[in-house]
Amino acid sequence: MSASKPDGLSRRDFLGVTGALAGAGLLAGKSTAGDGDNRPAAGGLGPDPVKFGLRVNGKDHEVAAEPRATLLDVLRDSLDLTGAKKACDRGECGACTVLVDGKAVYACMMLALQARGREIRTVEGLAKGEDLHAVQAAFIEHDGYQCGFCTPGQVMATVALLEKTPSPSGDQIRAGLCGNLCRCAAYNRIFDAAAAASKAK
Amino acid sequence: MTSPFTFWDARTAEEAAALLSKKGAMALGGGVDLLGEMKEGIRAPEHIVNLRSIPGLDKIQKTDRGWRVGATALLTDIADHADLRKDLPGFAESAEAVATPQIRNQGTIGGNLAQRPRCWYYRAAEFACVKKGGKGCPAEKGENRYLAIFGDGPCHIVHPSDCAPMLVALDARLFLRGPDGARDLPIADFYELPSKNALCEFTLKPGEFIEAVEIPTALPRSTYVKIREKDSFDFAIAACAIAGKIDGDHFTDARVVLGGVAPVPWRSVTAEANLRKNTIADAVEPASNSATDGARPMSQNAWKIPMTKAAVARAIRSFLPR
Repeated sequence: MSASKPDGLSRRDFLGVTGALAGAGLLAGKSTAGDGDNRPAAGGLGPDPVKFGLRVNGKDHEVAAEPRATLLDVLRDSLDLTGAKKACDRGECGACTVLVDGKAVYACMMLALQARGREIRTVEGLAKGEDLHAVQAAFIEHDGYQCGFCTPGQVMATVALLEKTPSPSGDQIRAGLCGNLCRCAAYNRIFDAAAAASKAK
Repeated sequence: MTSPFTFWDARTAEEAAALLSKKGAMALGGGVDLLGEMKEGIRAPEHIVNLRSIPGLDKIQKTDRGWRVGATALLTDIADHADLRKDLPGFAESAEAVATPQIRNQGTIGGNLAQRPRCWYYRAAEFACVKKGGKGCPAEKGENRYLAIFGDGPCHIVHPSDCAPMLVALDARLFLRGPDGARDLPIADFYELPSKNALCEFTLKPGEFIEAVEIPTALPRSTYVKIREKDSFDFAIAACAIAGKIDGDHFTDARVVLGGVAPVPWRSVTAEANLRKNTIADAVEPASNSATDGARPMSQNAWKIPMTKAAVARAIRSFLPR
């Protein structure tokens, strides 16, 4: 990802885009719709860096990134939120798990532009000051990790699971967390932590 | 890092079709499959057209023809839809069988149906195989453990979708939108064998995309059984979708469609015939055994034949009274 050109869409890019759209008859009488975002009239974004808003952990941020930047790239490189980890970068390991509108997703397989206008939550937003989230406290209490690299993803997947299924069975915990690998294989303790957190709430 | 592209938010289906008519344009639903291809360097779209910005394209609704599910409906929302599950249990099961919660939370039904194969020769930029416009299939003399036992080449991928075989069994229709308007077709006709077109598993004209799928409720009993090598999450080694009608102890109508064993969802009419002419209990053996009639395994994948029979047998047994 490159954030080196923060001025976004240039005037020339904008004119080129609107010209093409007008030519295709697409501008007339269409309202701006979106993923819940209040965007200006439709036009192509990029390929140079573009400015857009992201709402992360309850705060609005303006970022500048190329359209090809993933949500994970922007969280880590532009917003310095390095809790979500880049491991497989293919949506297979879960180390990058964050919540988007309350649902766990792989930030490595979502373009940052796809997260505009949505509530993004990362592991950095869980604790309130010094008070850990119940899931974080349960992971510590039950040693739900060894090396800790996958832990932010495991914690976020657990938070999403418990928000959807507050009192999960053992099978529901295993199914709910199946998208997160732990190379240390601390699975039993991770599942214990999830079960304990569900009772702590 | 993928190659650069211009990103477009489509606001209507018509606008999406116009944008997708640009050279090098591709549709974006959840993006999990497309981004994976781009990261492997086997796909480099110049334009990406976001379909999730089209209001209402993610609707799941009951109509007088059955259920209509918009292309950008999330797999999670299909799996969690209680009323849909009541009418179409197998469809909900197939959506729930896809990958992981994270992928189902982002992946759309349109993307699931139009996802590209997982064959490692296809996914690796180093191999100029027939599916990528090159020559031959490196798997024929290479690693073919997970590949097709049906279809006879020249490309031996297995279709990766869980929902596609189930929707073929349920007689679903796909609604497509393109620059020349809308059309619809039986979902079975959407998929093509490599002998007809090795480059792509499905037929979309330039600028076309999936707008919705409609599923009739005429076959009220259905199930989807998936066997994986890694049970926590994986693509299917073999899968079986069954949809039909049951009267007492036997099926009066039945569709049996296999997944994970052929380049397209693979209907087994011999298994269907065996399922119809026996009681459910007596059909397990003949129907599951005949499901692999005509299979031609490659050098390393004959083990998928008993796996396929097991998937069919499990699917049939699920209809027995407990």
